Amino acid sequence: MDLKLDHHSEDRLTIVEVEGEIDVYTAPRLRELLIDLVNKGNFHLLVNMEKVDFLDSTGLGVLVGGLKRVRAHDGSLELVCTQERILKIFRITGLTKVFGIYASVEEAKEAHGRDK
Amino acid sequence: MATVELTFSALPAHVRTARLVATAIARRTGVEESLLDEVRLAVGEACSRAVEAHRLHCPVEPIRIELRDDLGRFEVTVTDSAPSDELEQERELLRFDDPLGQLPDTLMTGFGIAVIVGLADDVQVYPSQKGMRIRMSWPAATNGLSPV
Repeated sequence: MDLKLDHHSEDRLTIVEVEGEIDVYTAPRLRELLIDLVNKGNFHLLVNMEKVDFLDSTGLGVLVGGLKRVRAHDGSLELVCTQERILKIFRITGLTKVFGIYASVEEAKEAHGRDK
Repeated sequence: MATVELTFSALPAHVRTARLVATAIARRTGVEESLLDEVRLAVGEACSRAVEAHRLHCPVEPIRIELRDDLGRFEVTVTDSAPSDELEQERELLRFDDPLGQLPDTLMTGFGIAVIVGLADDVQVYPSQKGMRIRMSWPAATNGLSPV
């Protein structure tokens, strides 16, 4: 399956919907979207990965790159993910300590609201 | 021992094909369904790393992948032709406690190898000036589901 990307804003939070496979072939499109969002002043990003079938280290690199960009503007990049096969990759690489990972968009929005 | 060999140009689009072939053969070899995701990801990581290295050093050279049914093990070997000492040095420099402080290429190389090591049941990495060979294997049914 290819990669489908969409995004919308709710208050100060920009929710990025990702569906399909994030690998060495498709990750550049996600990278471009994150860069574009940051360049347009969206510094609080929530990436919903519930419909991601496959994620490799290239995808991890893109997410880490996005986090670095938003942090440069005192922003945040957090994830929604409950799929064990995807979470396992974050655990193996120690990135569960770097990203806020939530079980749902609603849960992430509530946490984001508390942090405002 | 039955072997399938695949060579492909160093293009990112072909990595998905390699993943699909490896997963299909793993299934036919009798690798448990619960391990197939790990096979898919580890093979994808090894091929992605090889593609990136070839694009940097030798873009016209093909990458080779061998898939082998060997005495109750499903064995995959990914071989590239890009000098890998430099990548090994970067891997040693990678600090997983500070991923935000890493250069993107170093980060992905280090993550890729870390993911393979974390997923494969048995992994050997052989770096050299002539290229890197990553061999990994998983348990499979001794008689497989059907010949590879």
